[in-house]
Amino acid sequence: MTSVRRARQLAAWGFLAPVVVYLLAFYAYPLYRNLDLSLRHYTVRSFVRGDAPFSGLDNYRTIFADPSFGPALLHTVVFTGVSLVFQFAIGMALAVFFAQNFRLSATLRALFLVPWLLPLIVSASTWSWMLNSDSGIVNWTLGLAGVDPVNWLTSPRWSLVSVIIANIWIGVPFNLVVLYSGLRTIPGEIYEAAALDGASGWSAFRRITFPLLRPVSAITLLLGLVYTLKVFDIIWIMTRGGPVDSSTTLATWSYRLSFGNLLPQFGPGAAVGNLLIVMALICGLIYLRIQRRQA
Amino acid sequence: MTRHLRTGIGVVLTAIMLFPVYWMINVSFTRDTDMRASPPHLFPVDGTLEGYRAVLDQQLPYLGTSLLVGLGTVLLTVVLAAPAGYSLAKLRPAGRPAITFVLLIAQMIPGIIMAMGFYAIYLKAGVLNTLPGLILADSTIAVPFGVLIFTAFMAGLPDELLQAAAIDGASRWRTFVSVVMPVSRNAVVTVSLFAFLWAWSDFIFASTLAGGGAHQPVTLGIYHYIGNNNQQWNAIMATAVIASVPATILLVIAQRYVAAGVTAGAVKD
Repeated sequence: MTSVRRARQLAAWGFLAPVVVYLLAFYAYPLYRNLDLSLRHYTVRSFVRGDAPFSGLDNYRTIFADPSFGPALLHTVVFTGVSLVFQFAIGMALAVFFAQNFRLSATLRALFLVPWLLPLIVSASTWSWMLNSDSGIVNWTLGLAGVDPVNWLTSPRWSLVSVIIANIWIGVPFNLVVLYSGLRTIPGEIYEAAALDGASGWSAFRRITFPLLRPVSAITLLLGLVYTLKVFDIIWIMTRGGPVDSSTTLATWSYRLSFGNLLPQFGPGAAVGNLLIVMALICGLIYLRIQRRQA
Repeated sequence: MTRHLRTGIGVVLTAIMLFPVYWMINVSFTRDTDMRASPPHLFPVDGTLEGYRAVLDQQLPYLGTSLLVGLGTVLLTVVLAAPAGYSLAKLRPAGRPAITFVLLIAQMIPGIIMAMGFYAIYLKAGVLNTLPGLILADSTIAVPFGVLIFTAFMAGLPDELLQAAAIDGASRWRTFVSVVMPVSRNAVVTVSLFAFLWAWSDFIFASTLAGGGAHQPVTLGIYHYIGNNNQQWNAIMATAVIASVPATILLVIAQRYVAAGVTAGAVKD
């Protein structure tokens, strides 16, 4: 019996081996390289030759003292928080709306997925042109209402708002689909019973839908958090984090340090990246804990 | 509220949500001279195909690269993920919870950090700006997701099916290849679709690992366009429309797989 079991274990690990090797070589090793980068003092030459001197936590000290650090952290928090609130609220409203099955609801729900499926560069460049100061459709529409043109992408006051708007647009479909599938698990009888007691519409939502949807909501928000923290493409393509850091987040700052300048600063870039990883992992672990408790 | 009214509201909401997509298509047909017209041309009545001609002239190599990278990523992802999913679902390896945990965590690592690590490794190994290098990096977006999807799907296969194959004298490998894989078609389709879409859409790995070479995908094609000073927005938007074709096809032919993939915790990178 033990030999049968051992044979099964051997087979099981035989099937798993490629992925385990893959995870070690193409996840663990790059992450280790990244950690190593953040602990050494690199120049372009020592980066190529690989003989950079060990410098302990110097890179971390450098980034904490950098004037970009405060704004980048603040923008990351604002970008993530505001995006999540709006994505979730809009997604929830749409999910409740689409749950009242009407003609075409399945087709329209599918169409709502389009923004989420488009390549981010496509969405980002479309929004860039729509938000163009002189010729964008957004400013033209505002002009009809008598509002003066807004320099969406080129003024420090509006650049963060602009990338948040685009990001909300991209994230709504995900919230809609997950919350909708959560709504489907609430039995209709509960609403019928509540209707007999006189609860319908908003009070039914507040007293029944929202409490029963709390587990799904928690998962949606935490997954959203993990994935919004690392948003890079949209911001980089629309504003490059600018003007003057006004839409810089940790992700775009990390990229700019390592790849955005003529003289790359790989050490500090990797250090910022590792900060980001710690934030993402904390949220990820909370997510896994909640999910396990629900299972 | 009557049902018709709801349908009407639903159509209006969808139209608002999809307006940027319409605008992209509209601008892709707009003539250069009308680009900055006020009021803007809301419909492409005096449309032009200039933008699409520019795509044909300039973007075909980029699109070809994207296609190759996408297909390569699909192949690599399925080959790696399907056996692992079979093992986790049916062969109960010791350490299964740990592996699942690592796969979930792996999906949460920001792409920019992976890109930096890959850059350092690729530079030394001399595989920057190569197709295999980009395929390998892009596959990291899809492999953990793929294993989890295959595991979930294959856990639902009846054990009797596998036992019947074993009684017929099939080895585990044979069972996997000739019994498990053919009945797992839906999982293969779901994983392949997402792997292709993510590889096709990838910008971070492309710009860091392939930005200086001969093999650049269409995301970089668009990016270079935007960076140009004489911005030809109809050409940019025409390229964007073409780059959106895979996502559209996906939605039309595989709607139910897409919804399943989203709710399985699949989240775009």
